[in-house]
Amino acid sequence: MSTSAATQASDLAAAIAKGERAALAEALNLLDDRRTAARQQSAALLAHLQSEYSNTCSHLIGITGPPGVGKSTLGAALIAVWRQRGLRVGILAVDPSSPFSGGALLGDRVRMQTNGEDDGVFVRSLSSRGQFGGLSAEVWPMCIVMLAGFDIVLIETVGVGQREVDVSRLCDTTCYVAQPGSGDSVQFLKAGILEVPHVLVVNKKDMGAVAQRTLSELGNALNSEHPDGQWQVPVLATSAMNGNGIEALADVMAHHHQSLQERKQLARRRRSYQAYWIHKRLEEEFGGFGIDKLGGEKALLEQLQSQNMDLFKQYDSLRQQCCNGEIDKHESDND
Amino acid sequence: MQRDRPWLMRTYSGHSSAKASNELYRTNLSRGQTGLSVAFDLPTQTGYDSDHPLARGEVGKVGVPISHIGDMEALFDQIPLGEMNTSMTINATAPWLLALYVAVAERQGVDPGQLQGTTQNDVLKEYLSRGTYIFPPEPSVRLTTDLIAYTVKNIPQWNPTNICSYHLQEAGATPTQELAYALSTATAILDAVQASGQIPADRFQQVVGRISFFVNAGIRFVEETCKLRAFSRMWDEVARNRYGVEDPKQRRFRYGVQVNSLGLTESQPENNVQRIVLEMLAVTLSKNARARAIQLPAWNEALGLPRPWDQQWALRMQQVLALETDLLEYGDLLDGSPVVEAKVLELIAGAQQEMENVAAHGGMVACIDNGYVKRELVQSHTRRMRNIESGDLKIVGVNCYQETATSPLTGGEESGIMKVDELAEREQIAALQAFRATRQQGAVDDALELLRAAANDGSNIMPSSIQCARAGVTTGEWSEVLRGVFGEYRAPTGVDFVASDRSESKALEQVRERVRTTSDELGRPLRLLIGKPGLDGHSNGAEQIAVKGRDSGFEIVYEGIRLTPSQIARAAQEEGVHLIGLSVLSGSHLELVEDIRNELEAIGCKDIPLVIGGIIPQDDARQLLDRGLKAVFTPKDVDMNIIMNTMVTIIRQVNGLEPLA
Repeated sequence: MSTSAATQASDLAAAIAKGERAALAEALNLLDDRRTAARQQSAALLAHLQSEYSNTCSHLIGITGPPGVGKSTLGAALIAVWRQRGLRVGILAVDPSSPFSGGALLGDRVRMQTNGEDDGVFVRSLSSRGQFGGLSAEVWPMCIVMLAGFDIVLIETVGVGQREVDVSRLCDTTCYVAQPGSGDSVQFLKAGILEVPHVLVVNKKDMGAVAQRTLSELGNALNSEHPDGQWQVPVLATSAMNGNGIEALADVMAHHHQSLQERKQLARRRRSYQAYWIHKRLEEEFGGFGIDKLGGEKALLEQLQSQNMDLFKQYDSLRQQCCNGEIDKHESDND
Repeated sequence: MQRDRPWLMRTYSGHSSAKASNELYRTNLSRGQTGLSVAFDLPTQTGYDSDHPLARGEVGKVGVPISHIGDMEALFDQIPLGEMNTSMTINATAPWLLALYVAVAERQGVDPGQLQGTTQNDVLKEYLSRGTYIFPPEPSVRLTTDLIAYTVKNIPQWNPTNICSYHLQEAGATPTQELAYALSTATAILDAVQASGQIPADRFQQVVGRISFFVNAGIRFVEETCKLRAFSRMWDEVARNRYGVEDPKQRRFRYGVQVNSLGLTESQPENNVQRIVLEMLAVTLSKNARARAIQLPAWNEALGLPRPWDQQWALRMQQVLALETDLLEYGDLLDGSPVVEAKVLELIAGAQQEMENVAAHGGMVACIDNGYVKRELVQSHTRRMRNIESGDLKIVGVNCYQETATSPLTGGEESGIMKVDELAEREQIAALQAFRATRQQGAVDDALELLRAAANDGSNIMPSSIQCARAGVTTGEWSEVLRGVFGEYRAPTGVDFVASDRSESKALEQVRERVRTTSDELGRPLRLLIGKPGLDGHSNGAEQIAVKGRDSGFEIVYEGIRLTPSQIARAAQEEGVHLIGLSVLSGSHLELVEDIRNELEAIGCKDIPLVIGGIIPQDDARQLLDRGLKAVFTPKDVDMNIIMNTMVTIIRQVNGLEPLA
């Protein structure tokens, strides 16, 4: 990496940490860019952010659940509460892309109903980019960038099967929003199809008895500790429409964050999730061939989780190994 | 020979200022027009005073600005309200404009109880089309019902609501959908009036009898004729079975018409004349389902604002049909026709099915918020656009027979359209500020307090609104109090669930290939922000471009209507888009584009290319291109593949990529 690129990355990282909107927008565009030069700059940027601006005070929250349960309105209501508490909020809203054209209508922004004039809120929409089972690989680095500039980073995505697994391997706190009256969530939870969230919410409390029944069914299905340990999963009822239960939900999320910090779990978890995403991103960029070159998936994940070396620098150097490999291969082709 | 009395003939009009519109109305009345149809400008319709920042560029554009009782008085100067039948196209602020009308009647010495006319007052369709809603659906319905209850008791000859299927067709509704959604809206409103308890049970039939409709008629005039017959029959049944109305007169499907604007073309606009005439035939042919009031669009509506002469021509079309032809000399021409009967029954069956779907989604009010109806409409309109593109739906002069001799109609000095005086906005603002300075602030404050109390405690909104009108409250102040109590709303866009285009047409495949290639070269998917700045709520174009963009492989950010220039600029930055496409149909494009460019520059995003679509006269288009816009699209540009290709080309140029073959 050239010195100027390094300076550029450090300047950009500093501007992001100061909360400069233009810098954040530029960084997100960069992380989205799949060209080799951009990938190198991205890695440099991530390395700077990790070594100088990583901060466990900021809170990465995922909201997931089936379509139509009101995740976006719930998100909007939460944003209002957080803003009242003086917290700055970054949002990554993920919508599905069309299998026919690859295009997407990114509709969460409108459903979020933010006023668009508040410097303490920043929304970036993303499509799933053909990752029908999960989040596209851009989401992870984008979260890292946003965590440097905001107190809370909220990821909102439709959670069906695998996609919701991805969210739970990304966030400090995962919140699952269930549809009142639908038994699906309960069945999924019992069957273990649904990863156990840290917070369960039944939105549309205004649906009265129906919501109440779903609430108690979920409570029964979940009558246990979270697999992470030392966390009893709360089941809450909210009504995003009239603002009921939103303060309580924000409190519970903050409490979970605090509990992770007290148990010194936060850094460890982020590290293990980041290993998952580094692997995912490398696999996406270089394919199975690249992963094999790095010793295979299992060894790679172990290596990523065990070493104390800075993860982003490691990502950078793993990329270099893969790139050099490609150059070698290219040269040998020429022979 | 006994002739039937002709329908009410109106021209939907109003522009610049109350004074200029008053002159226009008096001219139109002297030319044989028999009723007035008032067009209000967008700030008045969405509850802003003329000097509000959001009103910039919109004052007096699509209608007359009415900010207070002085404006309303000037609008009806020398027009005795006791003898007039006035239709007001007003929805979210309907109670307010009616309050002003009542207060002006009082000043003219006319007993408000004698007033005749119509307030459109159908806010539900504003969430689906047209877009001049302010508050969330529930308080909006409450205001609607308050106006109905008040007029039934106090202004018995007033038509308090005109349930509109008109705008649904403009938004893409099929005849079946038009029937289903209009009737579902009517029952939702009547149910709400009933539930409000403001009308004693024994007077409720009267309420049902006061409901009127505002219907559209498109070019498929046989089907449209049948649609109106179906409407009459279905409404009769709803009134009898759902509300127990015994008097057949109270069950009559009373409707006014504005014929289709959706099908009017910018190319060879003279052809719109025969379209309009045929469409008028659809609503007059059946004596048993004939329109009670008709207003016709002008032939050049797709080009810009019509001039007085264009409106006169539209009025003359009605007069020729009513006075010269023998149409009004016969009984119902279509009774007993098996072909017509079969079509009517088919439409009724389809409409009943769709009404059940609405009910299954929680009824019309719930369907606004959950987006069901909007999605169905966008889907229908998308189907229409795809059919025009493929040539399955023929539009003469647009996708066939495009060649034309030079038209003498559009070549004149004014390029065939009306230009609103640029001074009008400034004069209106100056007059408004002078008005505010002269009124009794104490009386204004007291009246607003009454209004706030009524909004909060649920009592009828009309008496305190009339008190506000008398005291000199402004449109913006009245609305601001209610915004404070009810909150504001952003309706679902309906574009999210539209089925993908699977036609695999060659043109579409080519566009996709170009989008893919360019995405690869730029390293990330092409992202496009579609912005609707200003108060204009006509969102068809924006929605269709959004869907087409998705089908072409773009990632689309579309937030719906009524965004400020700053919101658009900030969204473009946050979302990292490659291009911004604006849609403006209200005529305020020059001002809005200037504001958006300034906002973009202020946040360091002036390099994001801008294109615009809308009803944009040629002179303005040239100006916009001179000011750095990369492309201007107008209704002439019906092939959206070409629009998509143009956008890709612009993105390539701006990013220094070689042109694609």
